[in-house]
Amino acid sequence: MDGIALLTITVLAVFVGFEVVSKVSSTLHTPLMSGANAIHGIILVGAIIVAGQASDPWVLAVALLAVVLATANLVGGFVVTDRMLEMFRGRKRQVTPGRKPELEEPEAKEGVR
Amino acid sequence: MSLIDPVWTSLLYLAAAVCFILALKGLNSPRTARRGNLVGAFGAALAVATVFFSVRMDNVPWILGAMVVGSGVAAPVARQVKMTQMPQLVALFNGVGGGAAALVALLELPHTEDHWVRVAVVFTLLVGAVSFAGSAITFSKLQELVTTRPVVFPGVPALMGAVLLAAVGAAVAVVLSGSPALALLLLLLGLAAGVLLVLPVGGADVPIVISLLNAFTGLAVAASGLVLGNVLLVVAGTLVGASGTILTRAMAAAMGRSVAGILFGAFKGGSTAGSTAVSDRPVRSSSPEDVAVLLGYAQRVIIVPGYGLAVAQGQHTAAELALALESRGIDVDFAIHPVAGRMPGHMNVLLAEANVPYESLKEMGEINSEFRTADVALVVGANDVVNPAAKTTAGSPIYGMPILEVAEARQVVFLKRSMRPGFAGIENELMYEPQTTLLFGDAKESLTKVLSAVKALNLS
Repeated sequence: MDGIALLTITVLAVFVGFEVVSKVSSTLHTPLMSGANAIHGIILVGAIIVAGQASDPWVLAVALLAVVLATANLVGGFVVTDRMLEMFRGRKRQVTPGRKPELEEPEAKEGVR
Repeated sequence: MSLIDPVWTSLLYLAAAVCFILALKGLNSPRTARRGNLVGAFGAALAVATVFFSVRMDNVPWILGAMVVGSGVAAPVARQVKMTQMPQLVALFNGVGGGAAALVALLELPHTEDHWVRVAVVFTLLVGAVSFAGSAITFSKLQELVTTRPVVFPGVPALMGAVLLAAVGAAVAVVLSGSPALALLLLLLGLAAGVLLVLPVGGADVPIVISLLNAFTGLAVAASGLVLGNVLLVVAGTLVGASGTILTRAMAAAMGRSVAGILFGAFKGGSTAGSTAVSDRPVRSSSPEDVAVLLGYAQRVIIVPGYGLAVAQGQHTAAELALALESRGIDVDFAIHPVAGRMPGHMNVLLAEANVPYESLKEMGEINSEFRTADVALVVGANDVVNPAAKTTAGSPIYGMPILEVAEARQVVFLKRSMRPGFAGIENELMYEPQTTLLFGDAKESLTKVLSAVKALNLS
């Protein structure tokens, strides 16, 4: 991909980034930060590419270290965000008593009260 | 060499990028937040699966092994961490992400010819290293491995200047020569800069720094995407960089501070060191039993939880106290200041964990008009966020910060450790007002005592 196309995408992504968080309530600042933190764990894709093309054992070793770190960021980030948001779930039921709580999905197994 | 058509790779990456945008969007509202996070995780899984089929891949067993190790360490920690310790865990995950980005850039350097690509390499190296080292220090501060107070020594500004100057020099040299040795030097300089950046930041400002470093890591990831020519990394990194910047500013604004003030204030000796001066003006202090009577015979009580409650981990006791009061027919609400707790929004998480029902948690805009009707405002471990000086004293460091107007309540009870001022380092006039009572002690211990006194009232 040429430089101008990448630049265009970058600039547009900046504005999307500004836009999606501009109205967030302070209640969700911490989960939002944590969620954004998980998303940059996608550097894992970069680490995998580098590790997949490594031929020198030292390069591979460093690349695998990057894979470990990036995976920790990605997996840990999403799990901890989910745990934070799980805390909001019990409250949901009480806000809209008539409706079926949407966040009460079958795969949610922990902390059901 | 790839197993799937490059067009498909691009489309799958695009789908992942859309998932990330939807994830951030979903995190905007409590109703959709959890689903949003799951969508983000799905997008990440999709992207990781795609990469295995889109480029030449050797060492696949090794890579999968490394991923198992990474998730094997991170997932259980993330699942078991106490909610009060969550900020430092987020800092830690953020740091390792920055570290990974820096390593990727370091390894890609030998494959670069173009000077512009090398500019992206040095940017990733430097910012990733700053984020890694800064997050490590932030983690140690929040985990209390090192002091949470600002660490300031006379040479810091000069040292920081020297490190940054050397880093710029090394960066230019790397761009021109592509030398791996110089890149390694740049990495070390970045680590040093990260340490120096965060050491002088203290106390309540640390969470803002986590958010800032989060944005840094996002930018490093975006730059690494430019290095690898990977659009997904560019988009995801930029999204995090941009949203993280806005979030950092929003957090700082909610605390009545500026980001620059937090980072550079300490260099001038003016960060949130907090004054340790203790005033000797007379205040009305009382016993847990007196507070229990005050609460037990009120009709409406508003509890204002703050940083002190989070630090003392007293949220469960506060929830129990609210229950005990409600069983006496008293109307109890929690007034949540945007920056109460150790991070913005943290108090909501802590109280929700302690099973305080959603309707009892009132945001500032909602509750401020209700203090007038409250018999007692019980302020637990909060100070600056209820300080009327923010409205009345133009020269005050917190002037202009939105506050909870507890002064409107008929009676105000402060549970405080001491008369020491809050992080802003200014006195709270409210404590000397005639309607104010103070109960000194650790937030959790004081709450426990008040709770048992209230229960005794219930029995009699």
